[in-house]
Amino acid sequence: MNLSQDELRSMYRTMVSIRNFEETVKQAFAKGHIPGFVHLYVGEEAIATGVCTALRASDTITSTHRGHGHCIAKGCDMNSMMAEIYGKATGLCKGKGGSMHIADVGKGMLGANGIVGGGPPLACGAGLTSVVTGSGDVCACFFGDGACEQGTFHESANLAAIWNLPVIFVAENNGYAQSTPATYHCAIENIAERAASYGIPGAVVDGSDVFAVHEAAVEAVKRARAGQGPSLLECKTYRHHGHFEGDQQTYKDDLYKSVSQGKDSIRDFRALVTQHGWFTAEELDAIDREAEQAVEEALAFAESSPVPQVEEVTSDVYVSYP
Amino acid sequence: MAVATAARTITIAEALNESIRLEMRADPKIVIMGEDIAGGAQVEHLEDDEAWGGVMGVTKGLVHEFGRERVLDTPISEAAFIGAAVGAAATGLRPIAELMFCGFLGSCLDSLLNQGSKLRYMFGGKAMVPVTIRTMIGGGFRAAAQHAQTLYPMFANIPGLKVVAPSNAADAKGLLTASIRDDDPVIFCEHITMYTMKGEVPGGEHIVPIGKAAIARPGSDVTLLGVSLTAVHALKAAESLAEEGIDAEVIDLRTVSPLDEETILASVQKTGRLVIVDEANPLCGLASHIAGMVASRGFHWLRAPVGMVTAPHSPVPFSPVLEDAYLPNPEKVVAAVKETCAHAS
Ligand SMILES: Cc1ncc(C[n+]2csc(CCOP(=O)(O)OP(=O)(O)O)c2C)c(N)n1
Ligand SMILES: [Mg+2]
Repeated sequence: MNLSQDELRSMYRTMVSIRNFEETVKQAFAKGHIPGFVHLYVGEEAIATGVCTALRASDTITSTHRGHGHCIAKGCDMNSMMAEIYGKATGLCKGKGGSMHIADVGKGMLGANGIVGGGPPLACGAGLTSVVTGSGDVCACFFGDGACEQGTFHESANLAAIWNLPVIFVAENNGYAQSTPATYHCAIENIAERAASYGIPGAVVDGSDVFAVHEAAVEAVKRARAGQGPSLLECKTYRHHGHFEGDQQTYKDDLYKSVSQGKDSIRDFRALVTQHGWFTAEELDAIDREAEQAVEEALAFAESSPVPQVEEVTSDVYVSYP
Repeated sequence: MAVATAARTITIAEALNESIRLEMRADPKIVIMGEDIAGGAQVEHLEDDEAWGGVMGVTKGLVHEFGRERVLDTPISEAAFIGAAVGAAATGLRPIAELMFCGFLGSCLDSLLNQGSKLRYMFGGKAMVPVTIRTMIGGGFRAAAQHAQTLYPMFANIPGLKVVAPSNAADAKGLLTASIRDDDPVIFCEHITMYTMKGEVPGGEHIVPIGKAAIARPGSDVTLLGVSLTAVHALKAAESLAEEGIDAEVIDLRTVSPLDEETILASVQKTGRLVIVDEANPLCGLASHIAGMVASRGFHWLRAPVGMVTAPHSPVPFSPVLEDAYLPNPEKVVAAVKETCAHAS
């Protein structure tokens, strides 16, 4: 493995930050402190982490309704993220977007998305910008198994292929689209096989193995940066909580539940790096505490922040109007 | 499941479910499809009672009674399944399709804009497209810009589509039944915050005709017009105006297209004042359309400018303080009525 200590540390910090952030959001939501819908990324941390650690700061990502993990992995500030989820003026989007539209364009995070299948065309656009400006940046496009059935995914994969765009399509296959199993909504078992119909590379990886995800992402990013076009990376994963908070999950069968419970990317990471003697358990515990503290701080920041001024209702609709 | 024969108090969600259930019993050509409208496709035994029945539970229990052949979960492929509902309607079925949120119109617009609405016309009257598209509209759920839109003006702008939006449980049942039986494509708009609202609903068959507005409250001083949730706001506003000696007549539009111009004009002739309450965006919207219609057909009866309480020309914001400021409410209606009534006649 050619990852430095620093890279490993940062990977671990990202994963535990996401886990902590999401469990904190879950509790705050249960207490009625968070308005609207929230979709949690618990169980899928290794995907955003493995992919984003293969990117550089100027690269971009597109995300989904389940976007908090992608944000954290791309370096968004957790204080402003939590404030956004709370609908506060200090939020990343001034409280105008909320959980489903959380974004930080300056960080290359082109937005969570309330529209399933909304991301892939935007990712093609980011890829086109890179090609035309010669920036060499790539765009990682995250989307769920459910989104793979949208025309926008198929059209975008083909467009990226014929225009040779630097886009990495990352399918997060957690087995369900809301309550509908992927075995029903998808005609084939492996989404990655669809790559063949666009003439691009497709690979399946274990989405709870951050190293496997990272390695596959590095490969795809290398190709994209070298002008060799898009790739499709399917990460098999498990959603530990409901589709959204409040979902009773009666549709999850026992097999899914037991396999899902047995999958824990953070536990596996800890076991591996301590076995190899790269880190001690104490060092990792210290990172856990740092992450916990950072999330606690984010929560306090969100709770104590002011709500937006009502004038904001009509600002930002246009750059200039009339 | 037995359906009551006598009137009783039930929620809008239950009223919609009852309408679909009764129609599906009566007509084997009716199928219903949408994302998770049954839920848990292929998961064993979920048909019994545990299936989702749609995100809001409106279609709960239907798969148990009618089976997966007629209650179809779909992939997240709106272009394909809304289009398939249109195609099935054109070839002999009478499908009901659920477009979960009306904002997802973006993902299936062609089926409605270029196919479903136009087949009959383009084919010289030789096609019929009896499809019903149920879809959620409205804010108040803190669902933000893509999941809180009110798009009935966009649908109504398309010739060939009928557009319906009930404000209470009885109308929800009666209008949905009329929509399912209608031989044209109908967009049936359900307000996201209203599913748990209760009202008295007739048992058995109940039909409310498409295209007929209701006088929800008779009055003489001013006409308040709303549709869906804004009809409820108008009624609440009328109650508090009554305490201040203003006797408002409330029209519940019920159908956006075809528009019941006669009921509106008759009321304006009586009251001489009109305030329209509309949750949709204002530019080229429902409120401006009705104001224009009244200006051109009933100008001589107006004693004051037409008042309009609408959403602003902006997307729906997330933060509760912003969304509350964005949305029409009874207080805004009362203020608009007072302004209208302050005009000398
Ligand atoms: C165009 C569109 N259709 C439907 C929905 C409603 N919806 C939100 S998330 C979701 C399931 C998405 O499943 P998947 O893509 O697998 O992502 P996951 O939730 O599993 O991360 C659905 C149907 C939506 N937001 N947008
Ligand atoms: Mg999924």
